[in-house]
Amino acid sequence: MRTCDIVIIGGGPAGMAAALGAYEAGARDILIVERDGALGGILQQCIHNGFGLHRFGEELTGPEYAARYAREVIEKKIPYLLNTIVLSVSPEKVVTLMSEGGGLTHIQAKSIVLAMGCRERSRGALNIPGARPAGIYTAGTAQRFVNIKGMMPGKDVVILGSGDIGLIMARRMTLEGARVRAVCELMPYSGGLNRNIVQCLQDFDIPLKLSHTVSKIHGKGRIKGVTVSRVDEKLQPIEGESEYIPCDTLLLSCGLIPENELTTEAGIPLDRVTGGAVVNERRETALPGVFACGNVLHVHDLVDYVSEEAELAGKAAAAYVAGESAPAQEKTTLAVAGGVRYTVPQCINKGAGEVRVYFRVGRVMKNATVTVKVGDEVLFQKKKRKMAPGEMECIVLPAETVAKLGDTAVVSAEEENV
Amino acid sequence: MKFDVVVIGAGVVGALVARELSRYELKVALLERSDDVAAGASRANSGIVHGGFDPVPGTRKAELNLRGTMMMPALTAELGVSYRNNGSLVLAFSEEEAARVRALYDRGIANGVPGLSILSREEVFALEPNVSREVVAALRCTSSGIVCPYGLTIAAVGNAMDNGVKLICNFEVDHICHTADGYVIYAGDRKVESDYIVNCAGLFADRVAAMVGDTGYNLIPRMGEYMLLDHAARDLCSHTLFQVPTAAGKGILVSPTADGNILIGPTSVEVENRDRDHRDTSAAGLAIIRRAAEKSVPQIPWRQIITSFTGLRASLEGGDDFVIEASKNASGVVHAIGIDSPGLSSAPAIAKELVALLQGEGLVCKNKESFCGTRPSYHAFANLSDEEKNAKIAENPAYGHVICRCEVITEGEIVDAIHRNPPARSMDAVKRRVRTGMGRCQGGFCTTYITEILARELGIPVGEVTKFGEGSELLRGFTKEEEEWL
Repeated sequence: MRTCDIVIIGGGPAGMAAALGAYEAGARDILIVERDGALGGILQQCIHNGFGLHRFGEELTGPEYAARYAREVIEKKIPYLLNTIVLSVSPEKVVTLMSEGGGLTHIQAKSIVLAMGCRERSRGALNIPGARPAGIYTAGTAQRFVNIKGMMPGKDVVILGSGDIGLIMARRMTLEGARVRAVCELMPYSGGLNRNIVQCLQDFDIPLKLSHTVSKIHGKGRIKGVTVSRVDEKLQPIEGESEYIPCDTLLLSCGLIPENELTTEAGIPLDRVTGGAVVNERRETALPGVFACGNVLHVHDLVDYVSEEAELAGKAAAAYVAGESAPAQEKTTLAVAGGVRYTVPQCINKGAGEVRVYFRVGRVMKNATVTVKVGDEVLFQKKKRKMAPGEMECIVLPAETVAKLGDTAVVSAEEENV
Repeated sequence: MKFDVVVIGAGVVGALVARELSRYELKVALLERSDDVAAGASRANSGIVHGGFDPVPGTRKAELNLRGTMMMPALTAELGVSYRNNGSLVLAFSEEEAARVRALYDRGIANGVPGLSILSREEVFALEPNVSREVVAALRCTSSGIVCPYGLTIAAVGNAMDNGVKLICNFEVDHICHTADGYVIYAGDRKVESDYIVNCAGLFADRVAAMVGDTGYNLIPRMGEYMLLDHAARDLCSHTLFQVPTAAGKGILVSPTADGNILIGPTSVEVENRDRDHRDTSAAGLAIIRRAAEKSVPQIPWRQIITSFTGLRASLEGGDDFVIEASKNASGVVHAIGIDSPGLSSAPAIAKELVALLQGEGLVCKNKESFCGTRPSYHAFANLSDEEKNAKIAENPAYGHVICRCEVITEGEIVDAIHRNPPARSMDAVKRRVRTGMGRCQGGFCTTYITEILARELGIPVGEVTKFGEGSELLRGFTKEEEEWL
């Protein structure tokens, strides 16, 4: 069987940054496996700008951002396979691949970096009642049709969900000559970045209907309209507060789900909230030598943070292969409370040094304090003026704080009493 | 062209009749109103091969269910269709229900059903650990199974076509003329001629019967809504879990499917306005399914729902049995009317019965030497060994190109489905054959690719590619097409 030090599954922004991180840390026997015909992943279809502000201090389009990494991968001669799908990963780290040119093969890896990205929640998963006509797409599918194929999935559009791809597609469809009648959001707040609400909806006079959902789909062959209803606090449609909106297309942008089927088959435990693997500060999963980064680990809103996280995972994979991984240390499990939905990492080695802990809140919070406690002892506090579910947050725990963490530390966020 | 026999309706019954007839030296046409076969009740039902303990002894349902269920393992093996003899449990939640379960056992024995036993609650939990602790007893039936209903229909039509049957889609029969020379069957201004007619028109069988003078049948569409869970939930149960049946039907079941998903449903509600094309799901129906299913299995992983859908049953007004008989008014015409549950289980036996009725009407069936009753599965590639897969990929590299990642379906399998009998001409037709888009992403990733493959293989512009036939086009033109704003 062919062997390889580090197999990276996925050649999107996470996979490429992980490869470069591993390379920088001294690894050379690296292989990126990408199912598409080019490196770049979903960035290839994200032709809008706004990528790279944190990373490069400039605004790039998705393909430009991807190209910076792809160029470096090629310059450093890091091997990659295109049009190749990973069919399985075994707990013994045997990766099974298939492609037109290579057929079905197996590789014994020393270390694996999972960078498969995520998928969109479908109409079926949302359980929207009504008919099942043509013309219902996830925003990302529509984005591929429009931006890669030059095809219009429709001309008269309603969008359900105000995730970032939905907002971006509201603007894209408008620019391509379609009419976007409304963006409906179930929650009383948008799941997308504020800048996208301004630049993609407000600038184009597209109404954002908060606390609204599509309660019925109409049409036999092609969709011809939707019933849009206001929802109550329990998110159930309110009878009598509905309107019919004609359309020929319904786009869904209702959340992203990490693609962890390979992870699960390898026996790696997932975090129920993130849908990604449980990892430590090196982004190492419960299976030693297997790391995860990017949207397969938890859904990010900015690719800049995907790259940062993936470099970390790539370096850690290189250290693992070189036998330089810190020996098993005492570790702390992070629990969440009071507004914090999850953290990544979920556990920390006490000798890790400074650790950045990423998290999301479950509701909009103003003038909140983020606290890390062990028992009743407050080890860390930080004030945040505003936090929203759509924006990932971060706290930086200094090395001395990390060293003091007990078996379990609780990360919480509470609003100040006014 | 004049045919010996025309079969109206390419649901599971019509498909199996056509296949039966293809054994003989006959010119046979199979007419279907939709763009693809298995478009009615055979498209969306529970996929259960019932043991046969439910129908009243002495009815056609009791007799044909048992016969059909016995034929199913061999038939599905011949046709390369997913089938599993998983067995079923009817769960009783009270002493009163336990008494009804024992009555079902007695009925099953009277019907001649093998493999029946009454289980204690501990025996139920040993078989199915996720079942509700409220269960007090259950009827076990080891002879029941699960089959892919549209898979069986498609394969039977394909095998019939391989043996010479002509499939004519988008042919909605609107009237039938009896001439001295046989029957002329019209769909608008198109027509086919035939000496014999088999009416397997499902929800429209009453109307077809009326076209040859057999009035008095009235079919009522009853909708059944379902939810489907991803394979990730497959360990939820291994048996088909029924609740005690009521007058409205067999109640909400929780069952594995032959393809490894978990199916939950159906409701049983008369369709408003008796719309026979109704496909809508309802918020109320989906809520009923959830509540009822949790009675059987409290911990259903609802996060794993991948889709919900509605199927229609063709219930006969004023009757509870299948009508399988020769026309009272038109010689050479035989009917299958009111084929609701257990129609799928009974279909192989109903098909044999209908052919026997045709022979009674004078049809001469001479064996065709060239008949071949077997057909490779659409999923043959997935079942190959690594070496065999590599040989196949070397021969045709498209088998190395995975298009649907959730279900791991390659371009080679998609192209095969488009060209093999019965040819797939739409997104849903490809989906029902090879399961593209049936996984957790529901076509999110593969739709754009399959649209182009369909256009390429059918030699049509992408704008003409449909979800399920004319009127369901997937696209509305190209970008930069209209520049009125300039």
